[in-house]
Amino acid sequence: MTAASPEAVRASGAGGPSESVAISARGLSKRFGSIVALDGLDLDVPTGSIFGLLGPNGAGKTTSIRILTGLARATAGEATVAGIPVGLDRPDLRRRLGYLDQDPRFYGWMRGRELLELVGRLGGLAGADLRQQIGAMLDRTGLTSVAERRISGYSGGMRQRLGIAQALLHRPAIVFLDEPVSSLDPEGRRDVLELIAGLRGETTVVVSTHVLSDVERICDRVAILDRGRLVIEAALGQLLADHVRPVYRLTPDPGQEPAVEELSRRLRATPWITSITAAPSGEVRLVVDDPIAAGAALLPAIVDAGVRLASFERVRPTLEDVFLELVGTPDADELDGRGFIRPREVAR
Amino acid sequence: MMAGLGPLLRKELLEQWRTLRLPVIAMIFLLVGLSSPLLARFTPEILKAVGGEQFTISIPTPTAADSIDQLAKNLGQFGGLIAVLLAMGAVATEKERGTAALLLTKPVSRAAFLVAKLVAIGLTLAVSVAVATAGAWFYTLVLFAPLPLSGVFAGAVLQWLTLMAWASITFVGSTLTRSALAAAGLGIVAFIVVGILGVVPNVGRFLPTGLGGPGRALALGVPGPDPVVPTLATLALIGVAIFSAWIAFRRQEL
Repeated sequence: MTAASPEAVRASGAGGPSESVAISARGLSKRFGSIVALDGLDLDVPTGSIFGLLGPNGAGKTTSIRILTGLARATAGEATVAGIPVGLDRPDLRRRLGYLDQDPRFYGWMRGRELLELVGRLGGLAGADLRQQIGAMLDRTGLTSVAERRISGYSGGMRQRLGIAQALLHRPAIVFLDEPVSSLDPEGRRDVLELIAGLRGETTVVVSTHVLSDVERICDRVAILDRGRLVIEAALGQLLADHVRPVYRLTPDPGQEPAVEELSRRLRATPWITSITAAPSGEVRLVVDDPIAAGAALLPAIVDAGVRLASFERVRPTLEDVFLELVGTPDADELDGRGFIRPREVAR
Repeated sequence: MMAGLGPLLRKELLEQWRTLRLPVIAMIFLLVGLSSPLLARFTPEILKAVGGEQFTISIPTPTAADSIDQLAKNLGQFGGLIAVLLAMGAVATEKERGTAALLLTKPVSRAAFLVAKLVAIGLTLAVSVAVATAGAWFYTLVLFAPLPLSGVFAGAVLQWLTLMAWASITFVGSTLTRSALAAAGLGIVAFIVVGILGVVPNVGRFLPTGLGGPGRALALGVPGPDPVVPTLATLALIGVAIFSAWIAFRRQEL
């Protein structure tokens, strides 16, 4: 693991927490026996923001959301959502929030519209307002044509959309969406991301995901978690400005593996290279510390190694580059059989 | 305390209907109700026909009392088992499937979540006991003699209360675990233990099984044991079960 810092780094300056805080957590921890799922999480989510909760599988994103929505109890620490302390049996808290599970489950015998009617009534809607809101939500999530169909006949994507509709139906002040686009096709993904982006300013949205490009598209603040700890929390723009390093992308012609390997070996020996990653497609991504030195030395090094290139460009760094810099890539022995990072264990 | 009870109860009742629990259980109870007087009336003749000339059985001429006894025995056994089956997955299955989390992240109190389920179970059993009793009353009228309607109704209420006791105990198990089978195990163990304790002198009248004697007397319109003590004891047992379920459930993570 090559995480940049074991301590949480809180970026300051522009985009910092506003005066109005929708969610506040202090020292939030969760242990399952000796397993530490969440370790002292401090978090402030500004009202009206779209807040991305980022991290690899097993980082503590879902655990955080489960505690904040009152589905699980924190082992230590405290949190408020909409100014209300979180707890297991708090209808007053739930009145203010909407929630989408990462694997939403419904009653298969119900029709889509019936589920929304139930959820709407539980949320305090009734009469014409309920009918109007259900119609609007079905329309927004593209489910109008299947609203009278039993949910047992819905596809995975339809269930995900229904989950989003039920989470937003009663116009909650804060919405928690745990992996909201995980089972959607590209078109559905785009539509749902647009829907979430459309909530900016009217609802505070917390989105957990490990798909960084989705976060870049919709979020204005992000928190990166790794093994239950907060690595950084900042405005997206600030994060990119502070942590992104210049990136070069090389695409060698096929069939030059030995030459490319030799080039990688030589580049690793230079002082200005931060990381080199090779994709299965053959594309090589270079993150550099010193763009001036790199710009001067990179092309001669490629020529010297005898590597023929199909393309060579300096690309816009992405959140993925920041993520990899801060969290690093897990070693194989750090992953469990499911590809999840093993949680930390402590003495009980 | 009971936030969301109305919509939750509506959902539970719709579920009882859509998943066919209510119609199927009511149909089974109706068959039990119709067959009880028939069995009481024709069992001696069936035995005689089966035994033929080889042995002689001396069986008194069946009466309406035999019909009521047969109904009580059948509902006590089949009905008890169905009450356990009905309650075993009520909470455990919702926790295991994740649908409990769907509802309990809404403005719903956990007490309302439990009460809605138990009320729906109670209504399903009430409808089922009612159709079974109506069927038995009709065939008793046809095959034997008319029984007092109010007394039969009162006896049915006591029968329903007994079934609710088994359902409530199973419901506690369903709340404590994520396994419907474990909940059923608790209900069946309680069913057996209470059945054994029920025959202990001076103990039976404080148990749900103690409702059998008063129920029989009420249905036949004859003097019998006082129903007040076993009724209050059974209501107390149901109350303790509901309270225990709530205490356990309000602290549970989903």
